Amino acid sequence: MRLAASRLDDSGAAEANAKRLLRRRAASVTAAVAPFGIVFGASAGTAGLSLVEAIGFSVFVFGGSSQFAAVEILGDGGSVAAAAVAGLLLNVRSLAFGVLMAPALAGAWWQRAGWSQLMIDEATAVGTSIDTPALRRYGYLAAGGGVFVVWNATTVVGHVLSSEAGSLIEDLGLDAAGPAAFLALLWPRLRRRPQLVVALAGAAIAVGLVPLVAPGIPILASLIAVGVVAVIGDQEGASCATPASGVSCWPPAPTA
Amino acid sequence: MCDARVGSFVLATGTYCLMAAAPLLLGATELPDRLRRFVDAAPAALLAALAAVATFAAGDALVIAARAAGLLAAGIALWRRAPFVLVVVIASAVTALFRALG
Repeated sequence: MRLAASRLDDSGAAEANAKRLLRRRAASVTAAVAPFGIVFGASAGTAGLSLVEAIGFSVFVFGGSSQFAAVEILGDGGSVAAAAVAGLLLNVRSLAFGVLMAPALAGAWWQRAGWSQLMIDEATAVGTSIDTPALRRYGYLAAGGGVFVVWNATTVVGHVLSSEAGSLIEDLGLDAAGPAAFLALLWPRLRRRPQLVVALAGAAIAVGLVPLVAPGIPILASLIAVGVVAVIGDQEGASCATPASGVSCWPPAPTA
Repeated sequence: MCDARVGSFVLATGTYCLMAAAPLLLGATELPDRLRRFVDAAPAALLAALAAVATFAAGDALVIAARAAGLLAAGIALWRRAPFVLVVVIASAVTALFRALG
């Protein structure tokens, strides 16, 4: 009886620990988004969009790089169709993210419909950094919700600042915050050889394609690397996300 | 600017369809083993591609600029087990430093 109770306490404490860790990761990716929100607001202003139009993009489209692409094309006098197609190509990866997150987003259809609006890079990255479905959803919602709030707030700030924001971000090196955050989320997976191979191949494919194809495609094309590894086979198990393996991609929660 | 409103509406609708397709249609359906392995390894490829493209792409050109130094610094910080927030701060600071030094 006592044993059962203490086990319950242990699992409760472990869950609280995991949630704290997820909140910290969510806070980090959320903070990293702020400079880009400012740049988006600024470029929307420069492209002649009103503040309401800029916020409309950030609330309803809610996909950083696709918003940039669409607004840039509209600002250069491109057609609505060109802007929409470019933006959609950049967001095709959300379809892949949806497949990754779907098992963790179990619930009534209207809940799944609401949660899906947060299907972005950061939310998926934090969500998939943990094993259990309930915690995956927690991380996904924490990061997605945090980014949603900060992205829209900084869109307003950027639109108001409009002219100077771009150079300020470059001066402070904040354009490196995003790549660094993605690398940090990737890092724990790299200790497993198959994942390391997938990551290196994916990065090489994506970078190699940048000069050749439309923006957004290189990110998606990196998935070819996963297919290659799946064909070769994977004795160690490519996954850190298999509950049966009992191994998390992330190191145990740091004490700090 | 009517174009912006039409554009954002089309883009928002299409994007939402992409985002919600799997959670709404697939639900918690168990994936076949092969597809599951693919899905499990996919984040490694996507995260690496996102980091690499955001670092080295400038429009449709490839550049090795201050950001690359920042990413390298982030890698070293991660290797030394620096916490997440510190990694991001270090990457930004090193990038700014390289830019300032030209």
